[in-house]
Amino acid sequence: MEYVISLLGPMWSGAQVTLKLFVITMLLSIPLGLALALVRISRLRSLSAAVGAYIWLMRGTPLMLQLLFIYFALPFVPVIGVRLPDFPSAVVAFALNYAAYFAEIFRAGIQSIDRGQYEGAKVLGLTYGQTMRRIILPQMWTRILPPVSNETITLVKDTSLIYVLALNDLLRVARGVVQRDFTFTPFIVAGCFYLGMTLILTWIFQYLERRHARFDA
Amino acid sequence: MPVLTPETIRPREAMICAQHIHKSFGATSVLRGISLELQRGEVVAIIGPSGSGKSTFLRCLNHLETIDSGRITVEGEVLVENDANGQARYVPEAKIRSIGRKMGMVFQSFNLFPHLTVLENIIEAPMLVKKMARADIVPRAEQLLQKVGLLDKRDAYPNRLSGGQKQRVAIARALAMGPDILLFDEPTSALDPELTGEVLRTMRELAQEHMTMLVVTHEMGFARDVANRVIFMDKGEIVEQAPAQAFFANPQQQRTKAFLHNTL
Repeated sequence: MEYVISLLGPMWSGAQVTLKLFVITMLLSIPLGLALALVRISRLRSLSAAVGAYIWLMRGTPLMLQLLFIYFALPFVPVIGVRLPDFPSAVVAFALNYAAYFAEIFRAGIQSIDRGQYEGAKVLGLTYGQTMRRIILPQMWTRILPPVSNETITLVKDTSLIYVLALNDLLRVARGVVQRDFTFTPFIVAGCFYLGMTLILTWIFQYLERRHARFDA
Repeated sequence: MPVLTPETIRPREAMICAQHIHKSFGATSVLRGISLELQRGEVVAIIGPSGSGKSTFLRCLNHLETIDSGRITVEGEVLVENDANGQARYVPEAKIRSIGRKMGMVFQSFNLFPHLTVLENIIEAPMLVKKMARADIVPRAEQLLQKVGLLDKRDAYPNRLSGGQKQRVAIARALAMGPDILLFDEPTSALDPELTGEVLRTMRELAQEHMTMLVVTHEMGFARDVANRVIFMDKGEIVEQAPAQAFFANPQQQRTKAFLHNTL
């Protein structure tokens, strides 16, 4: 038991890296995903197609490959080549990748709203922008909470991929201790940390779903 | 010097004037040269078998559908007319919007906003479109709710309402924008029979207040008792139109007779 308690300090510092990546990725990828979804469904054909290609690319290649590419290969790409430090590299890769998944969830959510809602708004004189902002998107959130919840929980666990950039996240810290002390206990502690984080997220989404249920048809 | 009366300033002008409206969905021709004039204060019912194009025609008037050729004016303002090649050419987007605001619409499927309460459903458009302050529109909204008999449902969400109540809220919502004309697209067709009465009663009251109304309906009783004029459409054409009493008492066309025989 004392041994477990002694682990909490270093594990917590690893968890902070995990949480930081998680929060920043969420804050960036949700607005970006929403913007991508709106372009994807817009009548701007070429832009919509470009977003389609982007989503295909980001969903069609491993996140680990994207991480490695942004950290190691991006500096050598002509014109846009920049050398990012390790943590910002991870943030960029995660945000770009998750934005693609969120974009598809948002698109499906928007397209699941009945056409009558657009017509009802149109005959009242609302513009497309007002219709989206006040009528369609608020209803979209209700419908996409379950898939967003899924994606969010996946993100918590996907953050462990940043070990490839030698970032000391929760899992990499645990692995270091396992190799030092020849015991699996740190893995169990790390598992508990992940479970704790996902439990909190589950509660948050349950609360949101309940709150939205009051007007669900 | 002529006397300036409303008639001389603005010679009796149709609220809606539609001329030779043609529309196809792909190869299917749904409107074949429909023409209609709707006068101020007039209540016109459009009846006809399903697939006759009556709903499509109504939806063309407020630009929910676009026409292929023809001309539509609303209170004298051109919404769409033919270009030199006989193709329908619409006025710019902003103009379409301002013309559209002269008309309110009530749908078969209500189309209330489920995430907003009854009151919010009514005040949303006046606040967004007319930029009215909440404090100014709420009393008006409550007055409208009183009128349709649903003031007690002010803070309920639409999922708590019956179909008839939803439709009455939809009518109040349309009225809150202060339209000159109300279009009804089969307003009672989605309702259980015992709920149609309350919606028809509200519509009847509006007619008595001389609201200009164009009503696509299957309610023959409403058409006969409330409408000034009845139009019978079939296969994308107006087969017959007449003052309501005469229409039902003495239909002229064979197709009208057959339709009335089957529905009454």
